[in-house]
This record gives sequence, C-alpha cells and structure tokens, in this order.
Amino acid sequence: MSVFEVLRFAVRGIGANKLRSGLTMLGILIGVAAVILLVAVGNGSAREVAERIEALGTKTLTIQGNGVLTPGVAKALDDPVLAPDVASVSPVVSTQATLTYEGSDHSVQQFVGSYPSYFGASNSPVGNGAGFTDDDVARGRRVVVIGQTVAEEMFTGVDPIGKEITASGALFTVVGVLDEKSSASGFMDANDVVIAPLTAVQQALTGYGPYNSIVVEAASSDKVSIAQSQVSLILSQRIETTANATTQPYRIQNASQLLETQTETADTFTTLLGAVAGISLLVGGIGITNIMLVTVTERTREIGIRKALGAPRRVILTQFLAEATMLSLLGGGLGVAAALIGSNFTIVGVKPVIVPSSIALALCVSVAIGLFFGSVPANRAAGLRPIDALRYE
Amino acid sequence: MTVLDVRAVTKVYGEGAATVHALRGVSLTVERGEYVAIMGSSGSGKSTLMHILGCLDIPSAGRYLLDGVDVSRLNDRQLALVRNRRIGFVFQSFNLIPRTSALANVELPLAYAGVKAAERRRRARVALDMVGLADRADHEPNQLSGGQQQRVAVARALVTEPALVLADEPTGNLDSRSTEDILGILDELHAAGRTILLITHEGDVAARASRLIRLFDGQIASDVRQERVHS
Repeated sequence: MSVFEVLRFAVRGIGANKLRSGLTMLGILIGVAAVILLVAVGNGSAREVAERIEALGTKTLTIQGNGVLTPGVAKALDDPVLAPDVASVSPVVSTQATLTYEGSDHSVQQFVGSYPSYFGASNSPVGNGAGFTDDDVARGRRVVVIGQTVAEEMFTGVDPIGKEITASGALFTVVGVLDEKSSASGFMDANDVVIAPLTAVQQALTGYGPYNSIVVEAASSDKVSIAQSQVSLILSQRIETTANATTQPYRIQNASQLLETQTETADTFTTLLGAVAGISLLVGGIGITNIMLVTVTERTREIGIRKALGAPRRVILTQFLAEATMLSLLGGGLGVAAALIGSNFTIVGVKPVIVPSSIALALCVSVAIGLFFGSVPANRAAGLRPIDALRYE
Repeated sequence: MTVLDVRAVTKVYGEGAATVHALRGVSLTVERGEYVAIMGSSGSGKSTLMHILGCLDIPSAGRYLLDGVDVSRLNDRQLALVRNRRIGFVFQSFNLIPRTSALANVELPLAYAGVKAAERRRRARVALDMVGLADRADHEPNQLSGGQQQRVAVARALVTEPALVLADEPTGNLDSRSTEDILGILDELHAAGRTILLITHEGDVAARASRLIRLFDGQIASDVRQERVHS
C-alpha cells in the first residue's frame, strides 16, 4: 500500500469519530498554546522591565540623600583626578507644581531643576525645540522643557514652544518638548515631567537647600562600576556619617545593577510561568495518552478484522501512527496559531513576546507524546493473533 | 488437488486445572471444489478448527498444509498475504468495520492487496452487485439490516477471488429469507469452482453441501459425502 493510501485510511479513521478526534486535538491545542503564551508573557514582562530600566539610562548613577547633598559635594564629584571616569555631574532638585496656561492647569509630578547634562544622563532627549544651556543655568533664566504628557494636557492643538506657563506663581517660557519615553515606569508617568535650569527652580520654587539627588554619568556603560567606587570614595570623605547611625545618609543607585537584578527576577518569573505551562502541557499530554489508549483499545476488534482480511502488521501500525501524527500535528499547529493570535493582545498588562524555541519545544513534546502513546498500544494490538484481537472486548 | 490438509491438529486453551482441549487430533483433507459443511454441538471445537483453517489462530500441535504449504512455517507478513489472497472468511457476527461505507468495507482486502483505487472500486462494485447490494454501496453498517450486513461481508470475502471460502455460521444470526440469500450466493460460488467450508447448526443448511463432517468433543465423529439438496 502506498503512503498516500495509508494517509487516506488515517483521514478516514479520524473522520469516523469526529468528537473524539476533536477533543484530542483540543487537548493538544490547549497544552501547546498555554506553553507558548505563558512563556511569551514571562518573556514580555522581562523585556518591559529591561526597557524601563534602560530608559533610566544604563550609564548613570543616582545619588540620593537627605539633606547631605550640598553644592560642595556636587562640585567635589566633578573632579578629573579623583573621579576620572565620571563624565558629568547633574545636581537635581525636584518638586511638585501646578502649571497653568491660559486658564488650563495641570499638576505636574516632577518639576525638575538641573544642569543641561541631565538630559543626556537621564536619557530624556529633547525632541522638539531646544534644551537650555549652561548659560541659562548661570543666569537663572526661567525657561522649561516639558514632557509629552504635559504638552498634551496643556497645549492641545497648539505648539507649546515660546508659550509662557505659570508654575506656582512664577512665569516660565517653554523652549522645548521631550521625546516620548518608551514606557511608563510603574506608578509614575515618565512623560509627566518638566525640566528647568537648576538655579531658576531653586529661586522660584524650592529655595536654596541641599539637592534632592545628584545624577552622575559614567564615561561609558562598562565604566559604571569604576565610576561608582570613585564616587563613593569621594562621598565617604565629604559626608560625615554619625558614629551610631545604622544607615548611611545617602544611597548610590546604579541603573545597570538594577537592570541585572530586575532581569534575574524576570528570569525567575519566566521560569515559574514556564513550569506552570509545562505542567499544563503534561496534563494535556496525559489527556492525549488517555484518548489514544482508549481509541486503540476500543479499536482492537477493528484491528482484528483488518488482520483477518490480510492487513500486515506494518500497515496497521502505519495507519495508527499516521492518525496519531495527524491529530497531534493538527492540534499542535492550531495551538501555535492560537498562541500567535493570543500574543497580539495584552495579557494582564503585559505585551507577550513569543520565544521561538518555546514553539518548537511545545510542538515537539505534544507530537512525541501523541506518537508514543498512539503507537505503543497500536503495536501491541497489531501484534495480537487475529482471533485474539477479534475476541477482545 | 488437495487444498486443505490437516494432520492430527490439536488445540489446547489454558493451563493446569483450567485446561480445555478444544481439538483432540483432527485430520482431514479437502479437495479443490468441494462444498463441506461442518456440524457439531457448541464446544465441539468447530469454530476453533475454522479459525485454524483461516490462519486466524495457530494449532497447539499437528500440521496444517494450505495448498501444500505448511502454514506454521510462515512469518507474520506471509501469513497476512495468505489471509489476503487465498482465504475469504465470513464471520457469524459479520465483523464489518463500523462507520465505514459498505463499498469501503468491500474494498478493504483489495487495498491491502495493493490494488489501485479505481480498479478496487470497480471490483468492489461488481462484488456488491453479485450479492445484490449495488444500491446500498454508500450505506454504513448500522444503516443495513443483518442480512444485508452479512451479504456485504460475503462480498468482502469473495472480492479477492479466493480459492477457499470459510464461513463460520454465516446464517446463524439471520432470518430464513436472508439465510436463503446467503446460501444462494454460496451455491453460485461453489458452481464457479470455489472450495467452501461452512459451519452450521441447521440441518437444512448442511444439506446444501456435498460433504458433511460432524465434530464431537474435538474429534471427527463422522465424515460422509452426500447428495446435495438444491432449493
């Protein structure tokens, strides 16, 4: 019998019991789709975390401290001898403020005052218009660069460049709009921000106290840890720690360290999801096994008839193998399709990113299970004497 | 020419205290073109003998030669070939493949013989026509009456044109009209020169054969040639 003939027999066998075939395929479909989708969700969330942290800038160190980050400390960090791997130092003051423009008002989360180097260090490039200059900082000019959210909220349909806005009573001129930041990080909208020269913000809003934080940019992303040790040495000399204090009054945050930790967490998450998906594939596999066993056992009599009519063992085996292969391939293929369609939707706030190897793995496992548990009982039945197979109840 | 040559065949089921001797040394020869009826009470071993003759079962001891070939020496593949080419088997319980059309059922032995699809369909239709079921070709077994199912089974047994037709109580589950149909077909086959072995309980069915063998307790009690009764 030709291969084509055997395949036709298999199609007929599948068609002879549509409900059971359908249920078998459904089991495989769910198992395969679950594995691919869950792994994709884990992968997607890992990507998202990585993107968020990269948006903060991977070359930067953020020093946060309570009342200890004085202008003297900031100046000391900008030292080509003691800290040769520090590219720029941007002291940051930030506050909340209510902005008004022609009657519309908007409460901005972060009204930041800093140096021009802050744009590069915080990975927030100016898209439209221009940033401010060192000269603006020196003279305390009241100019601002606004984030996308602020631009959308306050200047609907109007070009914000050159317009004057009021922030807590002080008048600022908009000179630029920031590029949209990749993703909103956590609870805070990264685009809901206003950046102005440090001196202007201190003068108009915060007063001349210590800075909220200092953003230090390393010369390159692989020099971040060297820059960090240089910075921490300078800080330990400059800032006195009280003898009995359990915590330091300042904290150095390293974006790439953060990235590593977060990636590890995300990897764990992906592994966990993968394990859950693996269990669902296993359960699906047991379902396939069960149905294959029942199918073949139920058809032992039919195998007996076929043998009595002169079907060689090989032909019977090939038929059942072809049936099992078709069912598992069809079910697996539909599962992949379902997963691909499902990955276009956002699942629990995460945009899934398909991992190609998970497709191969899920498909292989389901087909292997289908084949194995389709062929083993079929082989047993095909090996029976025709009369024993015929008498099988 | 001798088609069947059975020599001192025994068949034992089970072990120890539960041992059942289904056949206790049966020897017989059947010549080409004979029409043999086998009778016997249930448990006399007639079905066991038939299964051995049809290569569906193997004897515990003794030799069975089919067309001069010792069947016990054949491997699985060769046995499949023998079942397919030499023997047409009709079961009491029809044994059609469920959810498969009558035509596809009849085609099945031809498919295993490697006959091409178009030729297969033609021959299957001829066989169905012979048993008078040409118009039921697309019906599935559960849409056919018992008599019709058995006629499909007969068509399936004769479609490969086997020299030997074995029928294990083919009319056991049928009413008198269907019985007459089936026996008529067997008569035609016999007239065409086929060798037929038939198991039956009924005397008037056995009367159609040219030779009558009675089995008792796994042994041949009598073996007589008789005048055939035509309906």
